[in-house]
Amino acid sequence: MKVMLVDDSKTMRNIQRGILTQLGYTEIEEAVDGQDALDKVDAFAPELILLDWNMPNKDGITFVKEYRGAGKTTPIIMVTTEAEKSRVVEAIKAGVNNYVVKPFTPNVLGERIQETMSRAKAA
Amino acid sequence: MNSSYILPFVDSVSNVFETMLQLPVQVGDPAIKPHDTPAADVSGIIGLTGDVDGTVVLGFPTATAERAVAIFTGMELQADHEDFADAVGELVNMISGGAKAKFTGKKAAISCPSVVVGAGHAVFGRKDVACIRIPCECDLGEFYVDVAIRDVVEQAPAAEAA
Repeated sequence: MKVMLVDDSKTMRNIQRGILTQLGYTEIEEAVDGQDALDKVDAFAPELILLDWNMPNKDGITFVKEYRGAGKTTPIIMVTTEAEKSRVVEAIKAGVNNYVVKPFTPNVLGERIQETMSRAKAA
Repeated sequence: MNSSYILPFVDSVSNVFETMLQLPVQVGDPAIKPHDTPAADVSGIIGLTGDVDGTVVLGFPTATAERAVAIFTGMELQADHEDFADAVGELVNMISGGAKAKFTGKKAAISCPSVVVGAGHAVFGRKDVACIRIPCECDLGEFYVDVAIRDVVEQAPAAEAA
């Protein structure tokens, strides 16, 4: 499965890449912010996007609105420190499929990925 | 400063270190940071804006920070490596994000973090906002979280001149 990691922190991209690799996902593209993701996403054609919220240049929620606005349906999991219920609701309304709050354990991220992909297949 | 803002940081620093570094944290008694406080070697700094504003500083001695970053990233990084600063920034980002989610009835946004590396530096915040130091200790050594935030009071619109 092709996964795009979008996070301005190289540390967090590396941690998530390690978890994805352990889960058997090795086709991974990285982007450092929402604009970088928009520039790369069509060429890479991911089957899943893991997306941070707070990033310079273009944040995660703006990426979601523009990406969904272009009619794209690839599942998106927001992986963020934004833990307030109002933020989760805002993200879901914008088109995010699932939500992981940092800090997270590998098990939590793995479960959310499997849950998200199962739902996407069933839809 | 409203003391109800401190407990969320106590909970959050413990949660971040236990979840991402598998390290229990012993938190000491929070107290107003004295002016003659010893300076830090590594500081992760983040700003809050919204219904509250101010700054949060995660401060370490160099050796403690390097050990923490090694566990967090899985790599031995010297303090002058750019990825070291990235990792410290992400720690203060997670601590601040987790804490602000527990500010009852208050909305706040956090900035992208900044990281200062340099032996014996001092971080100064606004003079009109008390800074509370939360002393912390884990198996890697001592560190602290400084919290200097205040409620933002909406100014009533000025009456129009007759």
